[in-house]
Amino acid sequence: MLIPTDEKELADAISSAKGPLSIRGGNTRGFAADGTPLATTGLSGISLYEPGALTLVAAAGTPIDDIQDALAAEGQRLPFEPIDHRPILNSQGTPTIGGVVAANVSGPRRIQAGACRDSLIGVRFVDGQGTIIKNGGRVMKNVTGYDLVKLMAGSYGTLGVISEVAFKVLPAASSAACVLIEGLTDANAIKAMSRALGSPFDVSGAAHVPVGLDGTPVTMIRLEGFEKSVQYRANELKNILDEFGDINIELDPANVAKGWAWVRDATPFVGTNGDIWRISVKPSDAPELVAKIAPQSHLYDWGGGLIWVEVASGTDVRAAMRNIQGHTTRIRGDGHAPKFHPEAPLLAKINRELRQKFDPRGILNPSLMG
Amino acid sequence: MEMPIPNADILAKKSRLVERLLQVLPNEAVIHSENETKVYECDGLTAYRCPPLCAVLPASTEEVAAVLKICHEMNVPVVPRGSGTSLAGGALPTADSVILGVARMSEVLETDYENRFVRVQTGRTNLSVTGAVEEDGFFYAPDPSSQLACAIAGNIAMNSGGAHCLKYGVTTNNLMGVRMVMMDGSVVDIGGAHLDASGLDLLGVICGSEGQLGVVTEATLRILHKPEGARPVLMGFDSNEVAGACVSDIIKAGVLPVAIEFMDRPVIEATEAFAGAGYPDCEALLIVEVEGSDQEIDDQLDLICSIAERHNPVELRQSKSADESARIWLGRKSAFGAMGQINDYMCLDGTIPVSELPHVLRRIGELSDQYGLKVGNVFHAGDGNMHPLILFDANKEGDLELCEAMGADILRLCVEVGGCLTGEHGVGVEKRDLMFDQFTATDLEAQMVVKDVFDPKWLLNPSKVFPLSASEERMAS
Repeated sequence: MLIPTDEKELADAISSAKGPLSIRGGNTRGFAADGTPLATTGLSGISLYEPGALTLVAAAGTPIDDIQDALAAEGQRLPFEPIDHRPILNSQGTPTIGGVVAANVSGPRRIQAGACRDSLIGVRFVDGQGTIIKNGGRVMKNVTGYDLVKLMAGSYGTLGVISEVAFKVLPAASSAACVLIEGLTDANAIKAMSRALGSPFDVSGAAHVPVGLDGTPVTMIRLEGFEKSVQYRANELKNILDEFGDINIELDPANVAKGWAWVRDATPFVGTNGDIWRISVKPSDAPELVAKIAPQSHLYDWGGGLIWVEVASGTDVRAAMRNIQGHTTRIRGDGHAPKFHPEAPLLAKINRELRQKFDPRGILNPSLMG
Repeated sequence: MEMPIPNADILAKKSRLVERLLQVLPNEAVIHSENETKVYECDGLTAYRCPPLCAVLPASTEEVAAVLKICHEMNVPVVPRGSGTSLAGGALPTADSVILGVARMSEVLETDYENRFVRVQTGRTNLSVTGAVEEDGFFYAPDPSSQLACAIAGNIAMNSGGAHCLKYGVTTNNLMGVRMVMMDGSVVDIGGAHLDASGLDLLGVICGSEGQLGVVTEATLRILHKPEGARPVLMGFDSNEVAGACVSDIIKAGVLPVAIEFMDRPVIEATEAFAGAGYPDCEALLIVEVEGSDQEIDDQLDLICSIAERHNPVELRQSKSADESARIWLGRKSAFGAMGQINDYMCLDGTIPVSELPHVLRRIGELSDQYGLKVGNVFHAGDGNMHPLILFDANKEGDLELCEAMGADILRLCVEVGGCLTGEHGVGVEKRDLMFDQFTATDLEAQMVVKDVFDPKWLLNPSKVFPLSASEERMAS
């Protein structure tokens, strides 16, 4: 395994590579391609953190925990709440910030604060020829030249190996509450979440668990902020959601945090055997799609815009996506279907040509994305 | 500023080009007489003017595709244009180019409150997107100050920001999907009403590519419910340093205001003389606005004021009503007009790390003395996006050049302290030749290969964004 300890070594490792490289951070997310392993874990450390400017810069191999600890010490956080894939994949290792960026990993707060790519303001990376490239920077408003920062987020190491990332961070909320509605059908849950998300009350999480811990469905709507404001908004939400059913408000911060970590990490699928797919659709399309797929179990996040489904090993859920706008990614399981959603022909051509430009030898995670 | 010499071959085939364009567009949508093309000779950066070969105003994606296909076949450059409000010359024509204006495409195609998006044609103005949904309590968040006039097409091209982006983000954070016509006339859909399109994040690189990758004809935009209310507090300080420290402390305290605006003494004095908003006589002034219910606003403003108190403000004025809010915003909203009363001005747009604010303002003051030109600073303080306004006299020989030289020095300063050339206006022609101050040749090459993929002939919006020396080889081949 190649483990360069600085950007120059990383560039040398890539330019001198004779065959495919399997790019990884902590290799916890199940996206390793075939080839000689090249890990960024040797590039580690926070090089700049200015709480008053809401900016943080770190080497790609920095453990995500180190970043979150440094932010928490100043009462701040990464806005996009990245999932820890280890429990559902039963993977080992230490997740890195570079891996989070390469896979554009975003959790429940994505509906309010945006995806990982929305908080990412700068990258340095090494392309397939070993050239070091920077784009963006350390300021949160920057339209200078093309935005390759976004292009790198979610490119799974196929355009270049990320060596450094810069983020806009946010204050962590001092208080949180969860509005809980019991017993809703999937369709009604989506309606309730849509009403909450279409309210002025700044919802930061909306998930529906069809089979809750006690066996009954539960819909969860999260509010965050200063304590009095959270309580006020929770009560207002309770009023506008009254017609949907029995509503409870959870105010214990530890319970709220636990509940949302459970959603974030797709906990219902920990220790099960089926394939797991992640589906992104328009929320109102979600219940019908789920009915078509008829999964063993499922979970809605992002107000219904994100569906996690577990299906029997080898099932291709994409057959059910016909006539529905959106895309699917297989998170767990092998099967014949590609991990990533096949692109429309013209888009596939653009994707392919971009990869050829950045990696003309085709050595960076080849065939991973298509 | 240098522009390439117009291509004589293209100029020579104008009549054939017009003939072909008239085969796919109605007569009134093809503008080719010299007195009419003059209308399109410049955008908001009026110092530079050049009438295009002709201008077309297609009314549908199909018509846009037909136009681009013809221009692609005939190797004629195309300059896409929204409303022409660019301050960076993003829509400046060349004499051998066709202006493609999207102004006739301004329909709302779909409004979906349940899934919280609208799909619009991109000639629609920014404010009228909100206009289409506000009766139902919704709004489109990015709010560039030209929002009454500027088109969504231009917002996407420049990744426009606005005063409220500290909380809501800029265009790229609110854009969910596009329908785009490529230079060869093919049409592609990217993203849509779902989140995070599959494959590489093409939407992310199209947004902010200044019309050089394709012509976006439809956009799916995220809409949000309006907050219950919003109110500002005004605070005055006796130094820029103290105001800067106060901004930092507010952010560190965990409050995320929707806007933090900063004005320095020259701007305060100019706006007082112009609008009489009753601002205090001080060195630096902050306007901090928060949102929520009445009670939530009071709580947040109380916290912000308690932080400000620690910095000995010369004035602290917490708005309690819509009237008081309007008075607090009055001076800020008239700042550009007020500076314009004094003289012509050039508005810069560099971003700096917030911590560098005092140093940068001091250096700008020194540059102002050195060049003998007055500067006022209006500033989105929460995100470090500066708007230094350099005053000059357009009728005075050499003053514009002096002003441009000083502007370039200020932008280099922004880069030197860790910032960038442009925070929300775009590079256009204005900052094109400063790109080497921010990027190495390899950094720029990595951006240019993206254009190679989308527009291999380099026909879309030529001679913008990249220094001519970097792009001329590609343009020639």
